[in-house]
Amino acid sequence: MTTAVNESAPESAPGGAARQAAGLPRLLPALEQDDLRGHLDRYGPPPYRGQPGLLIGDIETSGLTGRGGAAFPVYRKLAIVARARGRKVVVANGAESEPASRKDELLLRVVPNLVLDGLQLAAEAVGATEAHLYLHSAATPEIARALAERSARGLDGLPVTITQAPPRFLAGQESALVNRLAGGPARPAFQPPRVSERGLGGAPTLVQNVETLAHLALIARYGPRWFRAAGTDAEPGSMLATVYRPEAKTQVVEAEIGTPLRTLLSSGAETRAWLVGGYHGTWLPVPQAAGLTLDNDSLAKHGAAVGAGVLVALPSDRCGLTEAARVTGYLAAESAGQCGPCLNGLPRIAAALAELAGPRHRQQVRADVERWAGLVTGRGACHHPDGTVRFVRSALTVFAPEISLHARGQCSATSRRPFLPLPDGIPTSDDDWT
Amino acid sequence: MAQTLRVNPIDCSGHGVCAELLPELVSLDEWGYPIVDPRPVPAALDREARRAVAACPALALKLIRG
Amino acid sequence: MSGTTAFWYASRATGIVALLLLTAVLVLGILVNRQGRLPGLPRFAVTSLHRNLSLLAVVFIAVHVVTAVLDTYVRIPLLSGVIPFASGYERLWLGLGAISLDLMIAMIVTSLLRGRLNRIVWRAIHLLAYVSWPVAFAHSIGSSKDLQQGWMLGLAVACAVIVAAAVTWRLAHAARQVPRAARVAAVFAQHTRTVSR
Repeated sequence: MTTAVNESAPESAPGGAARQAAGLPRLLPALEQDDLRGHLDRYGPPPYRGQPGLLIGDIETSGLTGRGGAAFPVYRKLAIVARARGRKVVVANGAESEPASRKDELLLRVVPNLVLDGLQLAAEAVGATEAHLYLHSAATPEIARALAERSARGLDGLPVTITQAPPRFLAGQESALVNRLAGGPARPAFQPPRVSERGLGGAPTLVQNVETLAHLALIARYGPRWFRAAGTDAEPGSMLATVYRPEAKTQVVEAEIGTPLRTLLSSGAETRAWLVGGYHGTWLPVPQAAGLTLDNDSLAKHGAAVGAGVLVALPSDRCGLTEAARVTGYLAAESAGQCGPCLNGLPRIAAALAELAGPRHRQQVRADVERWAGLVTGRGACHHPDGTVRFVRSALTVFAPEISLHARGQCSATSRRPFLPLPDGIPTSDDDWT
Repeated sequence: MAQTLRVNPIDCSGHGVCAELLPELVSLDEWGYPIVDPRPVPAALDREARRAVAACPALALKLIRG
Repeated sequence: MSGTTAFWYASRATGIVALLLLTAVLVLGILVNRQGRLPGLPRFAVTSLHRNLSLLAVVFIAVHVVTAVLDTYVRIPLLSGVIPFASGYERLWLGLGAISLDLMIAMIVTSLLRGRLNRIVWRAIHLLAYVSWPVAFAHSIGSSKDLQQGWMLGLAVACAVIVAAAVTWRLAHAARQVPRAARVAAVFAQHTRTVSR
């Protein structure tokens, strides 16, 4: 396939691997909205290989892992789906269900073409016959325009069907996504079989986060060595993180994996604790967290993980227990209510946290929470109870001094303003899941 | 070949028949839902395990290979 | 009909017993669904009894059909046991019996193959019990002079009342059930202490 070279802008001629700087920025080279012509000027058309399977080796060498939270090696999923016979489906998962995450929304607004390139390249690599884009909204103007322009140019191998996800925390979970695409509610299904083996309509389905696909689109152009030039050996590349700091606007930053957390989260203001990995993530004490880096190797030693890249520095004037109780209430309300342990355990845990966040609590509350936490872990069809328990346990550890204060009817916080973002409204009927 | 018991928590409605028939491997939590031993089923309990799987009114208990 | 052969009596008797067994099977089936218990018995006794009595009922029905066929006073072809409206004698009432038996055979075969079948398919066929029993009841009342009078009529009515009560109980529970999307909120509300300041 010939690549168009734009003579008037030689510094952004595509195909010149040496010219693409190994450093950052990679995903967000410019924050103005990208139209197709600008995209093609900068990157050239998607470098289709002409045959399924050929891209997978490069992805394996690159070490790309999923950027949707699970960090699963991308080449493995590609290989599983590519190996299968018959109909296959690829889905770009843009349903950024974590309320505190803003990166996918930004990516889709600013570089939709990079994501769509990745979707088509992944579709070719696995031999897919169907392509979908899954979003929390209807097609945004940016996406609609990108798809129309690409279609006019004949850039895409497969037409892309857009499906809207309900505003539920679990809507982006792989099997919930497949259920929604099939027309049902976005509730998780029991696995095995994994969706990469049996997904939409029984066909092997590749589900990848939109940021993952954007990285894939760049690796296809610049190669795995270029990708590995940033990040760490074990976890190469860059990632998008959504960062919350006191007295600062919420930011989406692109950072190399392995960046020290303090580079991203330190500010002039005093902070009470840091939350790494979003609402299924881990609270860490600031002195400990300040010595860690943004990669799973470093974070795992403290029971944390990168997740979908949400990083929060909680201001000192807020009450950590209150924030944790608010989020746990949200997480409990977002249970699909399908599995006995989750349905029974999460709301009880949330009510207990609310009690701990209030003045004085009954003696047995902490023991109750620990018992329920043990009962729900690993006993749901999805990892919602597990993630919630990790968030809760780390909160109870980090905010233990607060618990003692509250037990005496006191609190060291001076502001009641909520800090962690949560959507309004809880699901009340089945319609809220479709 | 070793088999393990698994419960599909979505299908399970907490009848508790499995825990009665196979107390060595299944106990009930405080809400009546089964806590299943994740280790392979010992050969001596193979028949009981099959019986428990067949008896589940919700067809939620399964024996899987490995 | 005033047939006096042993076969005819056997057919009438096994028919009545089958009706009683089927009544018990249906009630036990509802009990299983509602996670109810029989006093003094373990939980698996309910599922076991439901299963075993249903097989016993089919045995009684098989004898009921065969003895009716063997009785020579009226001509009833064997196949009319499963093919509805294939008999000359009492075509309608026997036809209903055949329909009911066909449904039962479907339910039992799918239940024997439960592990291999899609849950939704299995359940849909099993729900045909709510059709099979009334049809069996109509067959019983319509074709049996025994059941149309005296204490046997009382027995038949009692079966109908028991089934009606059990089905009503089942439907009432379904109506009362908290919809899935509201269950978590219900548990949370139950466990939230309102703290007075």
